[in-house]
Amino acid sequence: MENYSLSHLRALEAEAIHIIREVAAEFSNPVMLYSIGKDSSVMVRLAEKAFYPGKVPFPLLHIDSKWKFREMIEFRDTYAREHGWNLIVEYNREAYEAGVGPFTHGSKVHTDLMKTQALLAALKKYGFDAAFGGARRDEEKSRAKERIFSFRNAFQQWDPKNQRPELWDIYNTRIGAGESIRVFPLSNWTETDIWQYIRLEKIPIVPLYYAAERPVVEIDGNLIMVDDDRMPLELRNKAQLRRVRFRTLGCYPLTGAIESDADTIEKIVEEMMVTTRSERTTRVIDFDQEGSMEQKKREGYF
Amino acid sequence: MKQTIEEFLAQDEQKELLRLLTAGSVDDGKSTLIGRLLYDSKRLYDDQLQALKRDSRRTGNAGENIDYALLCDGLKAEREQGITIDVAYRYFATSRRKFIIADTPGHEQYTRNMITGGSTANLAIILVDARQGVLQQTRRHSYLISLLGIKHIVLAVNKMDSVAYSQELFESIVNDYKSWLTTQATIHFDLQPIPISALCGDNVVERSQNMAWYTGPTLLQHLESVAIDSDYDLNRFRFAVQYVLRPNQDFRGFAGKISSGVIHVGDTITALPSGKQSTIKSIVTYDGELNYAFAPQSVTLTLNDQIDLSRGEMLVLSNQPRPQMGHNLTAMMVWMDEQPLDSSKNFYLKHTTHTVRAKISNIEYRVDINTAQHVATNSLSLNEIAKVCITTAEPIFCDPYKENRQTGAFIIIDPVTNYTSAVGMVLELNDDSCQTKEVVSISLSKLGIGIEHREAIALLCKELEQRCGITINCTE
Repeated sequence: MENYSLSHLRALEAEAIHIIREVAAEFSNPVMLYSIGKDSSVMVRLAEKAFYPGKVPFPLLHIDSKWKFREMIEFRDTYAREHGWNLIVEYNREAYEAGVGPFTHGSKVHTDLMKTQALLAALKKYGFDAAFGGARRDEEKSRAKERIFSFRNAFQQWDPKNQRPELWDIYNTRIGAGESIRVFPLSNWTETDIWQYIRLEKIPIVPLYYAAERPVVEIDGNLIMVDDDRMPLELRNKAQLRRVRFRTLGCYPLTGAIESDADTIEKIVEEMMVTTRSERTTRVIDFDQEGSMEQKKREGYF
Repeated sequence: MKQTIEEFLAQDEQKELLRLLTAGSVDDGKSTLIGRLLYDSKRLYDDQLQALKRDSRRTGNAGENIDYALLCDGLKAEREQGITIDVAYRYFATSRRKFIIADTPGHEQYTRNMITGGSTANLAIILVDARQGVLQQTRRHSYLISLLGIKHIVLAVNKMDSVAYSQELFESIVNDYKSWLTTQATIHFDLQPIPISALCGDNVVERSQNMAWYTGPTLLQHLESVAIDSDYDLNRFRFAVQYVLRPNQDFRGFAGKISSGVIHVGDTITALPSGKQSTIKSIVTYDGELNYAFAPQSVTLTLNDQIDLSRGEMLVLSNQPRPQMGHNLTAMMVWMDEQPLDSSKNFYLKHTTHTVRAKISNIEYRVDINTAQHVATNSLSLNEIAKVCITTAEPIFCDPYKENRQTGAFIIIDPVTNYTSAVGMVLELNDDSCQTKEVVSISLSKLGIGIEHREAIALLCKELEQRCGITINCTE
């Protein structure tokens, strides 16, 4: 007896593959933003699936804020080499040489210069007309309202009040000169879906997601890992070894760890089922101001 | 314990996906209902709950209680005005299903947002305030939901706590609604009425202690059990070619999402519009080849013959009824643009993976969505719905929307602003002048022509096709 029903994960997979192929077919110069995180890892696998047995017909772009965890960069380079990815790495050279960082300039200035501005410059430099991002609608309130194909004007800005209607699976991909589209194939996935899919597909992820003994300092209620000696000495001196893991990954001074014993995917999922805090509480940047993600997105942030 | 979590995950991975739409206005307690579903099914985290409690005191409209509505109204403007102006998507899961809720605004000026949110929904919850009963807006929402082809409807009679949980009142509202439905020839719903109180939680997730007279399912029980497997038409195979994969000389695959139906290796297919035939050689995926595939899977098909086929064309099963094909279609169209329709203008029409030039050649009538009356008009403005005739520059192949939501839908794009100006649902194609071309089949082996001449014969066939207006199906 043949079975004609799809599980929710396979339905989400089919939807994402359709979205990725639509971009490859309709845009002349697309790119996939690769953040090295778990969502990116899932998105890259979906791209590999979409074009199998061919190769993914667009490059991956990593915007290096120069403050990522070292393990993330090692992971990125290993997998890019092993899988033959066409990987572009870009950073804000000017700000980097001026010594911009979260400890000296605060999270707001750092994020704007090293992430938002670096991204906008890179998109402009290569003339990308569509950029995939791994954002999910369940992450944050303003993302819950964003289209899968999200239009950006010539200044790369999002106008939440004037979004194009998006119906069925028919995506409007038409843009004018200088305009672009951000595309979110994982829009309808939740954090749980991501973990279940990583488990089902055996997708490699950065080891920081698994619990281990790591040196951390408590800063404003967040457990910040000492990843290099750019952390001020007076903070480093307070470091303690604790058994922690990360629910999201970003710049190490802006990403809080959680205390955990979950060192396998099964344990992570189990932990998530009983957890009482949402994943973005470990992101320092969301708390700058009310509606802060919406503000960043309007300015061009992913 | 390890065993248990793995068993649990194996089972959890097999859950079905149900997409639902909520229709109703802020006053009906729609956002409160969604907040309640998220809250009672434990999809809210402590920090979200704390933020919610803080915001409820500061800006909420629920007095000392938690204002669940604040969960859903994410954008600043909405928080300021206390209304929902766009579609917000919410996610939650139970042990049986995963749910995607499209939370859409109820006011008439946000009809386009409701249409947007409902286009992919399997089920709609229509909220009615028990104190108000069936209103014009209830009928408007019902009309829009039926226009979108959503089959499963929950009539949620809310605020039962404020009418002393009256069975009599609930039944009279349901009867009112049902008797209105019988006057609507075009609406066919699988209807489930449920008395609830979103504020107090009655019959949302937990069975109400206050309505012992109600023996039907709670809202969540119904969402978990309603049969949705028939929502894709599995009888007629439709596959719009989305992307042609040619990684090397030996592989030519047609990638796309199956719109409807089932396909097996070995099946004979017809390509549209050319009418050429071949058979399925393989169904390729990253996870291995399949013997069969079905809607809505994304797959790659390879064929046993080299036929010209590119993006925008469609594969169908040769032994099944074909989609309609032509230049002139009639459709129900919803105008989504602030700028009114200028019928002298050319637009782009995108249907499946196929984009063509199109003109709105006639507006037969506009529908007054509050009364379902037909009104004569020669223009359309934002949120208006009309029956129109559209002429396309190239033939399109589609099914009536009521038979196939995938191949019966299209969007209209303004070529200057690139805005999605309208969306449409096909009623029928009425094109006598544009029948499918005559197809002639030639088998090289039967004619005793050697395979080395294939290329020359193919060139000859192409020339003949152009000169004689026929289609030649040349096989080895």
